[in-house]
Amino acid sequence: MEIKDRTAIVGIGQTAFGKGLPDTELSLACQAIAAALDDAGIAPREVDGLVMFSMENGREVEVARNLGLGPITYFGEVGYGGGAGCATVGHAAMAVATGQCRVAVGWRARKRAAKASRPWANVAARVSGSVQWTRPFGLLRPVDEIAMLTRRYMYEYGATRDHLANVALACRKHANRNPFATFFDRPLTREQYMASRWISEPLCLYDNCLETDGALAVVVTSAERARDGKQPPVYIHSFAQSIPPQCQPMTNYFCEDPLRGPAWECAQLLWAKSDFKAADVRVAQIYDAFTPLILLSLEGYGFCARGEAGPFTEAGALEWPDGRLPINTSGGGLSEAYVHGFNLILEGVRQMRGTSTCQVPGAPCCLVTSGEGVPTSALLLRRA
Amino acid sequence: MEEQFLLPDVEDPDSAPFWQAAAQGQLVVQTCVDCGQRRFPPRPMCYRCRSLRHRWQPLSGRGTIWSYVIAHPPLLPAYEAVAPYNVVVVATAEDPTIRFVGNLVESPEEPFHRTKLDRLQIGAPVRVVFQRVDDVYLPRWMLETSGR
Ligand SMILES: [Zn+2]
Repeated sequence: MEIKDRTAIVGIGQTAFGKGLPDTELSLACQAIAAALDDAGIAPREVDGLVMFSMENGREVEVARNLGLGPITYFGEVGYGGGAGCATVGHAAMAVATGQCRVAVGWRARKRAAKASRPWANVAARVSGSVQWTRPFGLLRPVDEIAMLTRRYMYEYGATRDHLANVALACRKHANRNPFATFFDRPLTREQYMASRWISEPLCLYDNCLETDGALAVVVTSAERARDGKQPPVYIHSFAQSIPPQCQPMTNYFCEDPLRGPAWECAQLLWAKSDFKAADVRVAQIYDAFTPLILLSLEGYGFCARGEAGPFTEAGALEWPDGRLPINTSGGGLSEAYVHGFNLILEGVRQMRGTSTCQVPGAPCCLVTSGEGVPTSALLLRRA
Repeated sequence: MEEQFLLPDVEDPDSAPFWQAAAQGQLVVQTCVDCGQRRFPPRPMCYRCRSLRHRWQPLSGRGTIWSYVIAHPPLLPAYEAVAPYNVVVVATAEDPTIRFVGNLVESPEEPFHRTKLDRLQIGAPVRVVFQRVDDVYLPRWMLETSGR
């Protein structure tokens, strides 16, 4: 049994993005789901499937009671933070395709802008588990953990800060066309990038994603029902997840080949289940908590050979409208909003509906990926 | 200020022997009794042969810098107060896939944040030193001096 094209995303919804929004995460989640159901033209009582991040603060029962959903016959959670986004949609698709539910919702609500809500800032003086091997030495933040891989990557393959800047500038240019993006009215130049302060060398301020409060949701139903929907259906063509052997989330320094991250295994299944191959993809939404994750993902998902992602980014390759592969066409986590990558999924849907503010004309499919460096997931969305 | 740095929970059952050996000045790695596979971080089962029997094998304490970062604010207060500072990943001489996160230090006594940052270089040979913080001995790394 395959899920290829048997389900579709028929509704998308989001709240405003901001810092210090007054609403709770539960309230934001409910607002985004309500907007997505409106977009789909589907009544809340018809929702019988829920898939959320295990990191979500609002629980399924609370979401269902607020929105008046259900009865719910399928619910599940996906772990590992930024790796979970595409998987919530993938699990929803599997649940619908197998008849465990008929209308499933996936979402992410997050208040990240408050400093106290950052996981790395809330640690006891004694740490156990995997972080005992890293945090006592001052490797505290996700940016430090990824900077360690980045330095090694630059050393092995000769990638440069200019290559990282290519990623940051592409995302910013796209955000500058998206009125809902945090950095809609803030251009970024290469000079500003190079002059910005270090956060964790070799990564500077503009290699880091935003800190955003907000929520986003998608509605998944069967392809049959989607054909009569309010919106053009966006088919879930292929879906994959991966935890590679000996994977350690974020601090993946303890395996044979730390630069071959979860994206590689995820890509194998994604393409194996797909009618498209990487060369057919003309627009992609690639998880970008940090700029180097784009380089690692370009290699993992097969857009270039290993070690060649730096040069791949040259000559505006990642930029709309003329680049070989415009990425993160709403601005991504770097410049639109950082809601654990869920905004990338909605932008993938807009590209397939033809409503992006950086629309790539005629692209048959859109790759969406979730966090590289953690147990991850990816979707290949297909246009109706 | 030192006590505000994060420290490992040395009572953690899987890793307590590592910290006990560190207190004796030894860098040890969990090694399968049945098939000899080394593994780090510590865990109950050998991923190669599923054995639950392991011993803690001393390493030479020599290795090379595999990568490093220089951390700048914003950081937890104790770390922010001494930033910028280095963090390294060291590949051990016995098995380059057994790697430790640590800091490059100038001497066994010198705090990690005093290291001159231009000393950091991928591939540089290093050897372990143990620095006491509270009741914990943290493995950190010094450059191997030339002519050794
Ligand atoms: Zn064994």
